[in-house]
Amino acid sequence: MSDTPSHQLSRRSFLISTAAAGGGLLIGFRVPSAGGQSMDPTLEPNAFVRIDRTGAIRVTLPYVEMGQGAYTAQAQLLAEELEVEIGQLTLEHAPANEALYSHPVFGDQITGGSAGLRGAWEPLRRAGATTRVLLTQAAARRWRVAPSTCTAERGEIVHARSGRRARYADLVDAAARLPVPKNVALKSPDQFRIVGKPVKRVDTPDKVNGKARFGIDALPTGVKFAAVAACPVFGGQVGTIDDTAAKRIRGVRQIVRLEDAVAVIADHTWAARKGLAALKVSWNEGANANVDTKALIAECDAALDRPGVTATTHGDVQAVEAQAASFYEAQFRLPMLAHLAMEPINCTAHVRKDSCEIWVGCQRLALARRMAAEASGLPLERITIHNHLLGGGFGRRLEADYVAQAVRIARHVEGPVKVIWSREEDVQHDYFRYHNHSRVRVGLDANNAPISFSHKIVGPAVMARWLPVFFQNNVDLDIISVSAGTYAWPNVHVEYVRVEPPTGLNVGNWRGVGASRNAFVVESAIDDLAKRAGKDPLSYRRELLAKSPRLLNVINKVAELAQWGTPLGAGRGRGISVLDDFGSYVAQVAEVTVSRSGQVRVDRVFCVVDCGLAVNPDIVKAQLEGGIVYGVSAALHGKITVAEGRIQQGNFDDCPVLRMHDTPRIEVHVVPSAEAPGGVGEPGTAAVFPAVTNAIFAATGKRLFELPIDPTQLRNSL
Amino acid sequence: MSQQLSINGVTHTVDVDEDTPLLWVLRDVVGLTGTKFGCGIALCGACTVHIDGVPRRACITSVKSLGNASIRTIEALETTPVGRSLQKAWLDLEVVQCGYCQSGQLMSAAALLAGNAAPSDADIDTVMSGNVCRCGTYGRIRAAIKQAANEIQHTTPEGAQ
Repeated sequence: MSDTPSHQLSRRSFLISTAAAGGGLLIGFRVPSAGGQSMDPTLEPNAFVRIDRTGAIRVTLPYVEMGQGAYTAQAQLLAEELEVEIGQLTLEHAPANEALYSHPVFGDQITGGSAGLRGAWEPLRRAGATTRVLLTQAAARRWRVAPSTCTAERGEIVHARSGRRARYADLVDAAARLPVPKNVALKSPDQFRIVGKPVKRVDTPDKVNGKARFGIDALPTGVKFAAVAACPVFGGQVGTIDDTAAKRIRGVRQIVRLEDAVAVIADHTWAARKGLAALKVSWNEGANANVDTKALIAECDAALDRPGVTATTHGDVQAVEAQAASFYEAQFRLPMLAHLAMEPINCTAHVRKDSCEIWVGCQRLALARRMAAEASGLPLERITIHNHLLGGGFGRRLEADYVAQAVRIARHVEGPVKVIWSREEDVQHDYFRYHNHSRVRVGLDANNAPISFSHKIVGPAVMARWLPVFFQNNVDLDIISVSAGTYAWPNVHVEYVRVEPPTGLNVGNWRGVGASRNAFVVESAIDDLAKRAGKDPLSYRRELLAKSPRLLNVINKVAELAQWGTPLGAGRGRGISVLDDFGSYVAQVAEVTVSRSGQVRVDRVFCVVDCGLAVNPDIVKAQLEGGIVYGVSAALHGKITVAEGRIQQGNFDDCPVLRMHDTPRIEVHVVPSAEAPGGVGEPGTAAVFPAVTNAIFAATGKRLFELPIDPTQLRNSL
Repeated sequence: MSQQLSINGVTHTVDVDEDTPLLWVLRDVVGLTGTKFGCGIALCGACTVHIDGVPRRACITSVKSLGNASIRTIEALETTPVGRSLQKAWLDLEVVQCGYCQSGQLMSAAALLAGNAAPSDADIDTVMSGNVCRCGTYGRIRAAIKQAANEIQHTTPEGAQ
């Protein structure tokens, strides 16, 4: 999502050091957040770094690991400035605590928005550097030498002139008594020895031998297992239950009835699932029992004809449109999407009379804690969350509904209970990316050059619920991000019409967020405009981007990589797209083959990313590769539909995703840069939708205004 | 029903209904959580284990069907040369992202290489397309299988085991 002017990463932060309990040094920050928390130095510090008298260096990682390499990158930042090797660090998940571990932009403890690294970039380096300076000063005092004559190397302070050395472990108590230095200088990129290098990931060795622990792997002593079913009609409630047969299943211990769901508690998951299948439930389906996709789409279509709220306006579109020689107009429809992270939604909870313990992997831990407090009726400080690795997030685990549900179930259960959703439950009770519709209108002069750009956006205001600081003047700041593309239009007008789904149909963030809708809309329109102007899509974009050197660079590089302009066979085509969001610049070229029957195969995708300084270039590549696969899956297959208030899909058979045999060959090039780092988790996904549909346009002449790609529209188009 | 299962060379006595899938016995009863639940109906491969050396989806394999079979899970992958080569290649090429599907990917790849010392791209497609990865690591998995195959061929004169 975009960094709007009021949401630039804060560079102000308040650093503290203290003696750690039991001896040693503890360094932390209070970062003033967008949530407006006051800085109170007496509060418990967030303790990014703790060094004890044995020399153990414990690092608390505020951003969770869901495969994006967050642990490795955070460790790199700290190790770089602390002058230790990554292997010397003991890495720990941060506990749930929004006062200590909030993201500086979001103002809450969130790993998302491709913003983790940007949130960590300065605070973690400063924590490392300040710790190093304190240790250096402690050594210099002991040796009665100037601190400037001492250096830090691999966990030791060295005084080269006298040959003296002291381990960090032996300096921590003295360092803890020193005042915290202000404005410690950070290294410049040319001094980096760990940052900017493709160092090995720290989380992966245990992921190839079965030892890694995801939320679903938590096994607290005495744990029982729950299978759960929420009302299949969203928003509906439990009516009557006949549990006679369910209770006869061996291993079934208990049936728990919630308002909107039933759970069967058993000795193991299979017994719980059998019990659930044997449970006879009649549901009170409520107000949504007749809702279907057709009606939801019609509502969004109708919203396109309603006036909206002005989101962005520059120049004078109305005046310029009066002089336009012609107009380009197009409407776009994007479907509902599910996340389908490989680890199905799950949470383990143990509710006692005066406390509650949670085992989970979640992108938004402090929210999980708040929801657990509310669901348990216990005060916040009585809730402990044990964070785990996440088996994929993609935005689904930015919610904590499943934590609240597990707690509500656990209130009825003696001892800990692990609630695992079936895959069908995971799909049908997702927080979906909702229907998104758009209308674009571009005024053209007599030479078909654009003189105005208007975009009306229809969709839900996820931010109004999920992160209200990103909902301003009735505009969702995420849904409008990059809504005029990456182009400097002289006259631009973006309007937003808010349409919410029926109550009970939950919608949320999906990888690529606003950019994954707007890149498709705008880059499709640009391709059409190039065609109308009789220009090559690459040269057309080059002209429009003439004043954006970083975008020009990535688009030129990707064209070179993809050998843009060289001939492809019949039924094949190349499409290009460009995106400036998440603090990164991305250009992609997709190559597709369209068969006579309209089937699309994405053969290759080339991607060039300028994300500023790539803290770990190999992880950057991996994120772009993975983001592209995620986006191509959705472009080809992603579609969740509703009939009679029920989600009609449930598993990988009716929610097909890319597999080994149909995954394109992907080539990613990372532009070397010393600029501040940008995010890389989402731009790969967002930019690939239009690259693919533009390639289909090149192959067939058929413009697709709707996703997912519909082969029936392409039949016999060659 | 009490039944003995041979898992990674260790005999476990479990007392579950005979229709219980091996997946839940491994995870919830024996406590071996490396084998993952992904779909429950053999569509995603996250639960792949070896039963007498053959890759099987543990989510649809009932304990009744196992008899005296030798069950091997991801936790025992490192006990074979093929397994070690694959693990090394996986880490060398940084295949893994979230890692949740990788137990199943590795077990499928190990079965592939055990029967085919030098798999072609088509061979890899055939065997590995049953394993879903939502992080999109397929390209690196393909490369890592080839690297492991290559390493095995060059370190064991008789080829892959």
